[in-house]
Amino acid sequence: MRGGRTSLAREGATLPLIAVILALIAVWYVGAVALNAPQAREQLAEGAGFRDLAAATWSMTRPVLPAPHQIAVELARSLFTHPITSPRSLVYHAWVTVSAALAGLGFALALGLLLAIGIVHVRLLDRSLMPWVIASQTVPVLAIAPMVVVVLGNLGITGLLPKAAIAGYLAFFPITVGMVKGLRAPDPLQLDLMRTYDARAMQVFSLLRFPASLGFLFPSLRIAVTLALVGAIVAELPTGAQAGLGARLLAGSYYGQTVQIWAALFMAAAMSMLGLAAVSLIETLAARRRGGRL
Amino acid sequence: MTEVALLQPVMRDDLVIPEAVVSARDVSLVFDAGGQRVTALSGVDLTIAAGAFVSLIGPSGCGKTTFLRAIADLERPSSGQLLVNGMTPAEARRRRAYGYVFQAPALYPWRNVARNVMLPLEIMGLPRAERRARAARYLGLVGLGDFARKFPWQLSGGMQQRVSIARALAFEPKLLLMDEPFGALDEITRDGLNLHLHELWRRTGMTVVFVTHSIPEAVFLSTRIVVMSARPGRVVEIIENDLPATRDLDLRETSAFLAVAHRVREALRAGHSYD
Amino acid sequence: MKAAPFLWTALGLVGATLARFAVADAAPGGMFGATLGATLALAAIAVLALFLAMVGFARGEGWFARLATPALFGFLLLWLWEMLVIGFAVPFVLLPPPSAIARAFGAHLALLTQDFAQTYLHAVIAGYALGCGAGFLVALAIDRSPFLKRGFLPMGNMISAMPIVGIAPIMVMWFGFEWPSKAAVVVVMTFFPMLVNTTAGLAEAGAIERDLMQSYAARYGATLLKLRLPAALPHIFTALKLNSTLALIGAVVAEFFGTPILGMGFRISTEAAKMNLDLVWATITVAALAGSLSFGALALLERAVTFWHPSFRGSS
Repeated sequence: MRGGRTSLAREGATLPLIAVILALIAVWYVGAVALNAPQAREQLAEGAGFRDLAAATWSMTRPVLPAPHQIAVELARSLFTHPITSPRSLVYHAWVTVSAALAGLGFALALGLLLAIGIVHVRLLDRSLMPWVIASQTVPVLAIAPMVVVVLGNLGITGLLPKAAIAGYLAFFPITVGMVKGLRAPDPLQLDLMRTYDARAMQVFSLLRFPASLGFLFPSLRIAVTLALVGAIVAELPTGAQAGLGARLLAGSYYGQTVQIWAALFMAAAMSMLGLAAVSLIETLAARRRGGRL
Repeated sequence: MTEVALLQPVMRDDLVIPEAVVSARDVSLVFDAGGQRVTALSGVDLTIAAGAFVSLIGPSGCGKTTFLRAIADLERPSSGQLLVNGMTPAEARRRRAYGYVFQAPALYPWRNVARNVMLPLEIMGLPRAERRARAARYLGLVGLGDFARKFPWQLSGGMQQRVSIARALAFEPKLLLMDEPFGALDEITRDGLNLHLHELWRRTGMTVVFVTHSIPEAVFLSTRIVVMSARPGRVVEIIENDLPATRDLDLRETSAFLAVAHRVREALRAGHSYD
Repeated sequence: MKAAPFLWTALGLVGATLARFAVADAAPGGMFGATLGATLALAAIAVLALFLAMVGFARGEGWFARLATPALFGFLLLWLWEMLVIGFAVPFVLLPPPSAIARAFGAHLALLTQDFAQTYLHAVIAGYALGCGAGFLVALAIDRSPFLKRGFLPMGNMISAMPIVGIAPIMVMWFGFEWPSKAAVVVVMTFFPMLVNTTAGLAEAGAIERDLMQSYAARYGATLLKLRLPAALPHIFTALKLNSTLALIGAVVAEFFGTPILGMGFRISTEAAKMNLDLVWATITVAALAGSLSFGALALLERAVTFWHPSFRGSS
């Protein structure tokens, strides 16, 4: 994304960001009152003041919009009160989803790298396969998720693998496109230089093309992390899976447990941010060996 | 059989004189740019002796860079004979006969200065200790000994180009090919680097082929100046530069210097009047 | 261009067609019948000829060669899929052959059209227009306040990177099972990319151009209209293109969470559960076509509107 990392986003954004988040939370509380009021009025005695109404809307068991503190309490409860191996712990569900996303990311990375190397070195692959890889980024690939899960289920393959397959399939495209761009990033002079040294193809790859591609790998890895997580979550929907963040979302929507849905949603967002932070950490470590720049 | 034997003495003409580092006979090069044929070089004859400093000068499009790239086996002549150290350019390249300095530094931004200089040495498989020693020696030679651990983007343009010269010198080639190495630099930096290059050439006794479009630069640095003209690229005149072997920047104010510069300018103008 | 690739293409297509008939003939009696040898020979000829045709076209330049190579590659993949599924009698519930998918496409055309109307014409278009429009307007609104920009931009980036489709069950609760709940998901998914990209685009105009406007004593509005919005267009189109894909994903996936009896997401999830994979694949085809055609249309529009941008200049 072109707008991804502008200077605006970096320079002294902490204070404004906190202000915006606080404003959002305030709007959220007001919204909770507005959305939950009809339901709350039924429970309240005649003549109850606004104070009572607000208190009621912020403490319902099945609110239309739970108040932020309710979500925080639910998150804390489901994170810390159960052992993390228990199906009642949100950590357990998060791990079920994240492990599938990670496995898929691993697939995607290996396959994407291999294919990118092929596309950069073999003209036939570049001309025949690359247009399809680019075109598939415009297609809602996620739509195949239910079918893949069902078909693999028919073959007796359930659990992590179908989810990892979908996560990997989604993450594969941006990684391939990014790596092809990266492996092609060296300018003609840098390539000519290698030719004057009579460098072998392997040396051109390991000393020039691969190091040059890292700057492109990390941005596509960020996109891939989010996609893999979305893929793993959506893959949990069609079978009505028992575990995972997607399963929690689905169960919550079946039983009207809005607070549980929001808690699962925030957990998914946290996992996404954790993944992005991990990518940034690796990126920083890689950049440090190069004097701070990739 | 006898005929061939009889012809041999006649063919002696074509034999390569041993001290010729580069010899071009009737070299032409035609590009095929999207169906259009562009003649970049036409019938170039040139012999460059060992230890010479030869400048190729001419307007843009005269094929001076193309000729340099042909010597380096980065382009292939369409016809004619081009030999480097008595070998084809491809063979010479495989034996790592020359160092090449491009218009831009072409440093790898993920390697620090010393590791950039070591790059060719790694490719050529020199042992680690030797690589370090050479990087230190040649960075010292271009006056950048203190910057070994900096990264290219932390250096000025002139310093970057000096690193790229050190990189070209590091594997100690007998022939240095330079393609407008100072073209993108400001005049003050350029003067300094010209002086530096001149002293480097005198100390090492290398052969240098130097592409430029600056007349003072060509006159200051060269022992011979090859004037070329465009469409099609060809050699107009070869000017022997008999200025003293040891030169400093003040030389450029002397009448002898201006006389050579004048001859070069006249030759360039003559080349232009063809079209 | 040389004639050889065209000849190889013709030979390959004829060989592939014949092989397709041969394998259909050979399949029913056990695995392969008496014509196994003939099938294999025809298939080998077809693969070899198509391969040589692709190699030939891949060497060429120009739009035709650039189109012919991936087209042949796509054909080869579809044909291999067809041949392998029929040849090895792969069960229909695992993978239907492309020919069966094409038949399902024809047979259920009315149903597929209804699904398309429900998901694309209602949810996607309404949500896309609202989300992109709101993102654009909010970006304009916060443009004059550096403080708000610094607050909204990192948050927009953060939220863009989150699994937003997860809000689908909440939207279904709020807006009901019909298409407005799907449109709501699309609005949220498309809002932030547009906000972030428009803001970045408005910062795109260079200092010299701004100084020029300043020297004319141009008002904020004039500078915005004459300089900054045109300069922002490439970024805005980036968001428009990205959002066209996101919108379709959002609408389809939101339907996995609950929907009336129509819609592409609904069709995919229910028919997959019923093992009607040919209809599932047909719906996926519709979704793929809708996605790539919308993207293509936006890309054409972008080319027409921002022809001056360096990324287009060289190519025309």
